[in-house]
Amino acid sequence: MYVCCYKEKNWSTLKSSYQEVVDESDGCGIKFSVIVVSSAFEGKPLIHRHRSIHSLLEEELKTIHAFKQKTLTPAEWEGKKEMIKSSTS
Amino acid sequence: MTPFRLYKSIRSFSTTVDKIANLVKKNKVVVFMKGVPDSPKCGFSNAVVQILRMHDVKYDAHDVLEDESLRQGIKDFSNWPTIPQVFINGEFVGGCDILLEMHKNGELVAELKKVGITSALSENEGSQEKKSKD
Repeated sequence: MYVCCYKEKNWSTLKSSYQEVVDESDGCGIKFSVIVVSSAFEGKPLIHRHRSIHSLLEEELKTIHAFKQKTLTPAEWEGKKEMIKSSTS
Repeated sequence: MTPFRLYKSIRSFSTTVDKIANLVKKNKVVVFMKGVPDSPKCGFSNAVVQILRMHDVKYDAHDVLEDESLRQGIKDFSNWPTIPQVFINGEFVGGCDILLEMHKNGELVAELKKVGITSALSENEGSQEKKSKD
């Protein structure tokens, strides 16, 4: 299930080419996972990529209890998307 | 907020920061988690415990559920909004997602080696732990 406020987030600040936000708590909104694919992640360690997601979702994270994220460059996404999609669906 | 209360809250904030700064340096690997390693109270904390167990790493664990000032303090300290949090050699390395990724890609073995810890999964050195499962 997708939640609109997350969809309306300004993902373009991350130069994101693909993002997926899944509410894993059946709509009650406390457990989320996100996948973000962005060229802005090139050459950046995972910790920096995650920090940029934290900044974007700063307000939401105050109320989310459980949060998982995958942050990939377009090249990494090409290599892994089948695996990731099957593991999250 | 009265000046006195403001002073008190600033003082308690800095005490917590000092306390955490000491805690993260007390062992080579330090984990802030929900629950204790034998009984984690959150799936993500449990995942971190399981990963470190696979690598047979000895570490300090601090239960943030036992101390509200620690629970908020550790988030402020590392500027990271979620728990668990893992520190290696006093440096914040990440939460559950990052540790899991480091475990999969062999980086964790390398980071542990840098601080003089031989991971139980490091028998084939340099081979990026091909044997570990994804």
